[in-house]
Amino acid sequence: MPEPKKMHIEIDKKSCKRCGICQGLCPQQVYTLAKDGSPEVTNPERCTNCHLCDLRCPDFAITLEVLA
Amino acid sequence: MALSYKDYLEPSQLPHMWCPGCGDGIILRAYTEALAELELAPKDVVTVTGIGCWGKADDYVSTQAFHGTHGRALAFATGIKTANPDLTVVTLMGDGDAVTIGGNHFIHAARRNINLTAIVTNNYNYGMTGGQYSATTPLKSKTTTSPNGVAEPGFDVCFLAEAAGANFVARTTVYHAVALKNLIKEAILHPGFSLVEVISPCPTYFGRFNVHPSPVNMMNWLKDKAVPVQKYREMSAEEQYEHFAVGKIVVKERPDFYTTYQRINGGQVAAEEGDGNGR
Ligand code: SF4
Ligand code: SF4
Ligand code: SF4
Repeated sequence: MPEPKKMHIEIDKKSCKRCGICQGLCPQQVYTLAKDGSPEVTNPERCTNCHLCDLRCPDFAITLEVLA
Repeated sequence: MALSYKDYLEPSQLPHMWCPGCGDGIILRAYTEALAELELAPKDVVTVTGIGCWGKADDYVSTQAFHGTHGRALAFATGIKTANPDLTVVTLMGDGDAVTIGGNHFIHAARRNINLTAIVTNNYNYGMTGGQYSATTPLKSKTTTSPNGVAEPGFDVCFLAEAAGANFVARTTVYHAVALKNLIKEAILHPGFSLVEVISPCPTYFGRFNVHPSPVNMMNWLKDKAVPVQKYREMSAEEQYEHFAVGKIVVKERPDFYTTYQRINGGQVAAEEGDGNGR
């Protein structure tokens, strides 16, 4: 299993079109969807920096930053 | 300083016009990531588009760009590459552009083995004009022009390129985003005509009529359909019908058009050298 990393995950709400791909396909369940369908970063401590969410975001809305 | 995919995008033109969950944005990300990892200067890359949902992509990139007519991206790209072989030339097309309207340019670019890269997004229909069937729509699939299911089989884009003579032929999906970026890099580096076919969701039309309108379900559908090429070759015809092969399908070293042209017109072609096809 890949080790979780200390991460900062930023979602640019102006670019996000609420497709749900980040939340639906993150292997670590880092995201949850709010009532309006927009993704929230609720479990950043689980993130392994696998880059599947930012590479699969069709709207360039996700930025991952390794803090430590 | 290391380049980022953002160096290849035009922020003033974003967000793009594509629907929520459309695979086009994932492919544009992979393409710009690949350019950044190859450290190609935006001024040395020409992105060529035609018409369709991909027809807007030339506005979104900061590379050199050329927006041509429907189906003709490869014809313009052929001219650009032949006139200036030092440029990296990449066409971004959908299945309508590449193998339906532009099928003739597609087979001839592969036959000539022009040293450029075609990234063909196959979402099995004409999205931009309202979800009509294209030459890749699978048999019996529903589209706005085949409400009971289309009565024609679709082209296998990779086998078409292989039969026409392409040097590098690969297929993947937007679900496999890391493989996608790596295949685009390899295709750009490989001499001769390179094709990366990307199976991609159009949730708005093909997905809604045939699979599911949800982008997440479309992504999981791609995962279930995709089979590594070796495994695909061992499948029965019935199993193959339900799947498609992903990975590198052709990798060969036939001399590209420009190299052969220079040799012939420089008078340096030895009679025994032939054209690589035993002739
Ligand atoms: S994948 Fe991107 S566009 Fe889709 S919901 Fe997540 S952040 Fe928004
Ligand atoms: S990089 Fe993205 S997909 Fe991967 S674990 Fe972190 S949040 Fe999830
Ligand atoms: S119509 Fe289909 S291919 Fe075109 S932008 Fe919408 S989802 Fe993408």
